[in-house]
Order: sequence, then structure tokens, then C-alpha cells
Amino acid sequence: MEGTLTHKILSRKAGRAVSPGEIIVVDVDLAYAHDGTAPLAIKVMEESRTLMKVADPEKVALVIDHASPPPTVAAATVHRQMREFARRFGVKLFDVGEGICHQVIPESGLVKPGMVVLGADSHTVTLGAFTAFATGVGSTDIAVAFATGKTWLKVPDTVKVELQGTLEEPLMGKDVILKLIGEVTASGLTYKAVEFVGEGVRTISVASRMTISNMTVEAGAKAGIFPTDGKLISWYEERFGYSPKPIQPEDNASYEEELNLNLSNLEPQVAAPPNVDNVHPVSEVEGVEVDQVFIGSCTNGRFEDFLMAAKILKRGRVRQGVRCVAIPASRRVYIDLIRSGIAEMLANAGCVLAHSTCGPCIGAHLGLLAEGEVAVSTTNRNFTGRMGHKDSKVYLVSPATAAASAITGRLTDPREFIGGG
Amino acid sequence: MGVVRISVLKFAGRAWVFGDNISTDHIISGKYKFGSISTLEGMLPHLFEEVKPGFHEKVREGDVVVAGRNFGMGSSREHAPALLKMAGVRAIIAKSFARIFYRNAINLGLPPIEATLIPEVTEEGDTIEVSLIEGKVCNVDKDLCENFRPFPNEILKVIAEGGIVAYIKNHGGLPWGTG
Repeated sequence: MEGTLTHKILSRKAGRAVSPGEIIVVDVDLAYAHDGTAPLAIKVMEESRTLMKVADPEKVALVIDHASPPPTVAAATVHRQMREFARRFGVKLFDVGEGICHQVIPESGLVKPGMVVLGADSHTVTLGAFTAFATGVGSTDIAVAFATGKTWLKVPDTVKVELQGTLEEPLMGKDVILKLIGEVTASGLTYKAVEFVGEGVRTISVASRMTISNMTVEAGAKAGIFPTDGKLISWYEERFGYSPKPIQPEDNASYEEELNLNLSNLEPQVAAPPNVDNVHPVSEVEGVEVDQVFIGSCTNGRFEDFLMAAKILKRGRVRQGVRCVAIPASRRVYIDLIRSGIAEMLANAGCVLAHSTCGPCIGAHLGLLAEGEVAVSTTNRNFTGRMGHKDSKVYLVSPATAAASAITGRLTDPREFIGGG
Repeated sequence: MGVVRISVLKFAGRAWVFGDNISTDHIISGKYKFGSISTLEGMLPHLFEEVKPGFHEKVREGDVVVAGRNFGMGSSREHAPALLKMAGVRAIIAKSFARIFYRNAINLGLPPIEATLIPEVTEEGDTIEVSLIEGKVCNVDKDLCENFRPFPNEILKVIAEGGIVAYIKNHGGLPWGTG
């Protein structure tokens, strides 16, 4: 693994050259939890006097995003408990409406290249788009990280994914990661750190990189990391007037496994129920009738996602009998949608535009499915019953495919409306 | 803890058998975290409710779960291993585990054991014997044993003491030293 991004980040943190399989104890640069996992973490801390402390409040954040604003009294109670915890220990709290953790954390400038980040959510891997070693853990792990500022990690094997060619409209990061998961299966990258390299990387936006990193966990990965290139440096400069020190893999970096993916001949992809690795080109599954379209979540709730949806929905409107729910991943995205006129376009096209929350992705609120209903969704999991009734179905797609399907009321290849040829 | 531990490192239990890709959603659906129930006790009746209806009524203290590949995939929700432990499950023997579940299980003192043969041959209700120190798991009814790579000592200590929180309480720090 020498010369890989993972090796560089973890070796620097450990203060020596690390190798796969060894257990290291490292300082955690940032640890966060949300309203689904923080309650159990707080309970763990309260039950142990040794752990009822926060090592460094600057490195801890709580985010209310899973059931927000609270749809139930139980959720409201949990949120109050999180506010009390944040006040008591002086840690950052992103309250109702500010956004989904994996979106608001980078938007707030809290993650930088080279960091080790733990989140009590499996999709913490999203932050790999910022050249951070970011991984999801459970509530007890996060409690220990909050209290001690440290964690133990088993150094993972590294896998190189060489991206060749160019990603062109209406193809998006979502199609790239679905294709990869289909190839390697839902357990194909278990315990491994995946690194995306190659000429194709520069054709992928930071938002789409977040989508790609986000879903590496659906193949079991421990991290999904992009190098710091010009695009990422500009991202930091535009928002924070700050240029991060780039971290690149060495040319001769040694990976335990290497995979190739050509972006130029990629087709729009869909993960059909009930597993994330049940992936097909949309053209093969086209025609499935749709009851609900959801555009949003930590996977696909960013500005470019709604811009793409609006471009397609401009060419039609949401079909009668289909409900189209659009939920930005943060308040900042929400405001950008209003300022740019996209919010109005989506509303005009018949979408329901809600405040920022994880919402229907986890079957919490704002668009659940009845028995037998079908959703085409830009989210990350299509497990049985995930978004509602146990006999409802979820097809995972890009925002482009979701918008095209909203217009026709059937699962539809977005190239019918835009790009392609 | 309240319960007398006969031996947490060597034990026998009755098997509950599951297939491949059992997700944390299958173990406990995410919707229960945000519904009208939010306590572990309240979620317990919904354990495995779609894949093994009635599980929570029939499971007994000391039973084990035997499963296929990628057990515990998906969400990081610790409710999944916590509920299994609360229901009395003493160990999980699977062909492989999703990594967050694996970590969570160890942190809670619920040993996740990787084996290949035992999940192939085991039928519901078979008696499974486990020795964590030897790294050996046997199906008594099928008269078949299999070795697995024993846990490192630090992890064995965490399991023996009932999880990482109990360990920290007892020793004031992580088993790997916190520098």
C-alpha cells in the first residue's frame, strides 16, 4: 500500500509507516453523529463516568438531520437531548433545517485533506471526496472518539479504481458508482480503502465525487478517497479563500488490487430492488411504473443534482399520479436553488420542494411508500421496506434518470430528454 | 452486569440460521428509530421481524446466530448488534461481516466469528459450540468442527469484559493504549 493516499494519511497520523492489517491508535480530527446515532452515543457516555467528557469540542459536531423537524414526540425528545449535550460541552450543533451531516460538514469548512474523520453514520465515507480518510462507525466508537479524541483503526488494504475517459451529461457520479458496485458486488470492497485516480477524475465535479465516495460503503468499503487536484483546490479557494496542501498518490504507489472503469462509454445505471448490487443499464429495466420520485439525500441532494433535474423537467412536467419530492441536502443548497430560479422551476414542474432533511430515504417522513408502490430514488439503499411498506420497491438512480422518470411515470433513460444521441 | 457469566470465552448455544446479505435494516428497520418508540426495549419486538417473524419470542439466552456472507451490511446503527445482545444472542457465526457491524459487535462484547463450513452445514436448532481462545467452532449435531483465526488478545479482553465501555470503565483507557 506504500505511496497510496491511505498510506500517506494514516502513516502521517500514526507517526510511522503503517501496513495493512495492523491496528493503529490515531487522533481523530473530526467526529460527528446525527439524531439517529447520537442518542445511543450520549447514553454510552452517561453510563460511564470515564467517558462523560469531550476531549476537544472543536473536533466534535452533532447534526439534526434524520427526522427533522421532528415528526414525532420521540424525535423531538432526542433533538432536545442533543441540544443539551451540545450546550453542556460546547460542541458545534447543526440544528433543524441546516442540512444533512455529510453535506453541512464540508460546506462549513470543517473537513480538510489529510484528516482522519469518524462519523456515526455509514455514509461518512462521503468526505473521502476531500482527500480525508473518513469512515463510518457505531455509537460506541463515536462516544469513545468524543471522550478521548482517539480511535483504533485496522489499516485497510487499498484498491485503485482507475477512471478513464470523460463523464458527460447526462451521466453523473451516481452512474459511475452504481456501475462499480454492480461490478464488485455489495461485499466486494469490504474492509478496503478505495482510491479513485486517473485522467477521468478531473472530468468529475466535486459534488459528483461526493456521490461516488458516499456509495463506496454500499460495496463494503471503509473509505473512498479522491486525490487533491486543481478542482478540489478551487472548491476550497472559492468558498473559504484557503488553498489546502494537496495530497496525491505516488506514481508508483502499490495497491492490493486495481480496477478500471471507462467513463466515456458508460450508460445511465439503475440498482433494482432489493439489493444495491443488482445494477443494470437503465435501458434494460425501462418501463417500470413509478409512484414516487425522490431527488435528494446525502447521495444526491446538491446544487448540480437539482440543476440537472430542472434541465430535464423543463422539457415536461411531473406526470399525473406521480409524486415528485425534491429535498436539498442543506440550507445553503436550498438558498442557491431559490436564488437561481431552480426552486421555482421544480415547483412549476409539479415537484414538492421541502426543507433539508434525510426525509424519505430512511422511511422517516415526507414521502413513504404504500404496499406495492414503486419509488425511483436518488438515494443509496433499496433494501426491502427501506422507504415504507415491506412490499414496496426502490430503484436507485441519478437525478437525471429520476427527473426523466417523473415526466413519463416510468423508469426512463434520461438521454430521451438530454444529451446522448 | 447482574448476570453470572459461566464463560464468555467458551460456550454452546442453539443456532438461528440466516442467509447472505442480512442488512441492519433486516435486523431492525430504521423506521423504528424515529417512530413512536425510540428505546431499545421498545424496538426489541421488531428484531428480525421481516426475515424471521416471531424471533424475539422464541430466542433464548445463549443462542447463536449463524449466517452467510456480509452479515450486518448497510447502516451503522448500533441498535442492530445491541438488540441481538439484549435478546440473549451470545455470538454470530457468519461467512463474512460488514465492517461497521463487525466493529460495533466487538465494542458491545458480542463476538463476530468468521467461518466457512459451519454456515454451510448448520440447520436451525443445531447446537453450536464456540471456543474463542482456541479459535474453534463446532456444530455438535453435524459432528463437524472448524478453526477460525482467533481474535487478538486486546479484542478478546474487550469481549471478555462485556465490551469497550466496560473495558474503559475497568481500566481507564483503550486496550491499545491512548498514548
